Amino acid sequence: MAVRAQFENNNEIGVFSKLTNSYCLVAIGGSENFYSVFESELGDVIPVVHTSIAGTRIIGRLTAGNKNGLLVPSTTTDQELQHLRNSLPDNVRIQRVEERLSALGNVIACNDHVALVHPEIDRDTEEIIADVLGVEVFRQTVADNVLVGSYCSISNQGGLVHPRTSVQDQDELSSLLQVPLVAGTVNRGSDVIGAGLVVNDWVGFAGMDTTSTELSVVESIFKLQDAQPTTIVGKMRDALIDTHS
Amino acid sequence: MEYIPESRQQLILCCECGTAIPPNPANMCVNCVRSIVDITEGIPKQATVHWCKNCERYLQPPATWLACDLESRELLALCLKKLRGLVKVRLIDAGFVWTEPHSRRIKIKLTIQKEVFAATILQQAFEVEYVVASMMCPDCTKVMAQNMWKAMVQVRQKVDHQRTFFYLEQLILKHNAHQDTINIKEVKGGLDFHFAQRSHAIKMCDFLASMVPTRAKTSEQLISSDIHNGTSNYKFTYSVEIIPICRDDLVVVPKKTANSLGQIAPLTLCTRVGNVLHLIDFRTLQTTSVTGFAYWRSEDITPVCSMRDLKEFYVLDVELLGPRHGRYALADITVQRMADVGRNDCEFIVRSHLGNLLAYGDSVLGYDLDSANINNANFEALRHEDVPSIVLVKKSYSERRRKRKNRNWRLKTLDKDDGELAPKKQDKEKLEADFETFLRDLEEDPELRQNINLYKDAEAAQRARSAIGDNDDDMADSDDGEDAPEVPLEELLEDLKIDDEDDEEMDM
Repeated sequence: MAVRAQFENNNEIGVFSKLTNSYCLVAIGGSENFYSVFESELGDVIPVVHTSIAGTRIIGRLTAGNKNGLLVPSTTTDQELQHLRNSLPDNVRIQRVEERLSALGNVIACNDHVALVHPEIDRDTEEIIADVLGVEVFRQTVADNVLVGSYCSISNQGGLVHPRTSVQDQDELSSLLQVPLVAGTVNRGSDVIGAGLVVNDWVGFAGMDTTSTELSVVESIFKLQDAQPTTIVGKMRDALIDTHS
Repeated sequence: MEYIPESRQQLILCCECGTAIPPNPANMCVNCVRSIVDITEGIPKQATVHWCKNCERYLQPPATWLACDLESRELLALCLKKLRGLVKVRLIDAGFVWTEPHSRRIKIKLTIQKEVFAATILQQAFEVEYVVASMMCPDCTKVMAQNMWKAMVQVRQKVDHQRTFFYLEQLILKHNAHQDTINIKEVKGGLDFHFAQRSHAIKMCDFLASMVPTRAKTSEQLISSDIHNGTSNYKFTYSVEIIPICRDDLVVVPKKTANSLGQIAPLTLCTRVGNVLHLIDFRTLQTTSVTGFAYWRSEDITPVCSMRDLKEFYVLDVELLGPRHGRYALADITVQRMADVGRNDCEFIVRSHLGNLLAYGDSVLGYDLDSANINNANFEALRHEDVPSIVLVKKSYSERRRKRKNRNWRLKTLDKDDGELAPKKQDKEKLEADFETFLRDLEEDPELRQNINLYKDAEAAQRARSAIGDNDDDMADSDDGEDAPEVPLEELLEDLKIDDEDDEEMDM
């Protein structure tokens, strides 16, 4: 299921929100409209948390995370960090990262297993990513853009990349991520996928300008048509039981 | 084995219609972009250009009128300036689409470029149709509507001939004083000059005053007034009266006025009218000049005999008395009326200023006061001994001139409006006679000629050449005796005429 949303008349909803399989962060806005879109879709499955990062609303671009953990930049205040620790599920590790490229959402694109990162990211940060998020880390570019987090959006089901990504690059990224990829757009032809779209394994949110064609591409590549949180959770539970047993 | 990278065309779906397209800045197929944005929006597809039917010029706002051909570069520039939205786009190409000239439509095909989304430049061609609307330009309006004049100069002279106006016309032509006139109208007793501005009329009045003694009267008529801003619209009329005394007139000066003019004799001849009046006492050669101011102060210097009263006399004897003044010499001249020659011996001894010019056998023009019928109070008041029986005025060449109709020079004329009525037949004859007299005056008097422009008459020269071959006897005839006065060739101007034939003649 893919839904259109808007944050205070702005279609770049990926800037103001962060969606994973186990939690959702939403910026503090003037009204609760944006929050309630997420709440209505996710409310009874995962926590939807109001927060700010370093006092700003651009939380989607400043943080990176998956179901295992959340990375926040060093500018995050202690209060915000404490609030996040209180609100998120206990099994989600939260880690502050001392990284020069502090917009972590822009430089890291990840699902629950693999992360693509900016080629010039710090080696220490790379280790933290691998440790906290529990992923394999690959330094990559998307369509020759170093800001991999901005120009692609990936889940455990699939991924949408920058429209100019060549077929070879798509094949390479797809083999790293082990999910199908497609080049496409959101928000009526916008190529900043990460900013226009947030997605997890069973639901996606795109900017209000997104056309039905774009939305159908999103639904098909992320396999959102008949996805139910419960089935996913069930599958995951099986997988978890497998791994922990 | 060499690895050949396969270059598959990478495609995305158009965000609007879902067709597979190569990625572009808008990430939209061309058709969708076209359907969403119209870059010609804000550019009018129809416009109006104004065109003056009379002078065939186009209006370039705000107030310029340009003459341009159809499908010309100038017209294209003018049309493009009409399109207001064109500044926001980039103009790539513009050209005319042919239209029937009588259709009053101009079509222009434009190609424009404009950035629509971020870094997406769209190019589009479209046509704009112009309706050519008829609108009379202010210049033509002034000419067409004759009540558009703002000021008028009415020039009048209270005499019964037109010679002064012929002279005035030549003066105006020489000084190009008529350049600001909208219209020149011939009316009874003078000319009307119409002007668009008051200052032009004042300039004309000043010009006339510098040429001849005049008296001007101003009157104004309120056309409209705006009480809100206190402006009003007037029509100004300047009535310019020219002194009613002409060359060769016999003038009576009352005693009191004569005293103020240097004790001049009461009966004098007018020798010249410049910006002052030149009078000569033909019995003493005393001269005086009368300014317009002096004349209008009393207005009692009156002409008693004029051109039309001249009679011809035959000179029998000239006896110079000694005194000279310029080209005049005092003499006692014995004359006989031309009508009396061979019939009786009625001779007159006349004291005259023409001693230099006359010799035995000449004919001379003069006023015969014995037989003249003069109704003038000032003249009646003269003592009897002050009135001679004959006053000689000028030498006559009329016999000779009659043979030689062709002049080698000609004058230019002003473009005049005859008014509503064409002149009657006798008026026309009178006018032609006046003009002939004026031409003769010019030939005889170099002083009169120096103020005006005479032009060579190429046709007359040709006529004369062919005439020489035909009748040699005529030439021989004119050779004997004294020649009639002619305008020397060096005084004539070459008329500006763009013509090849003319050049050839010059070489010959």
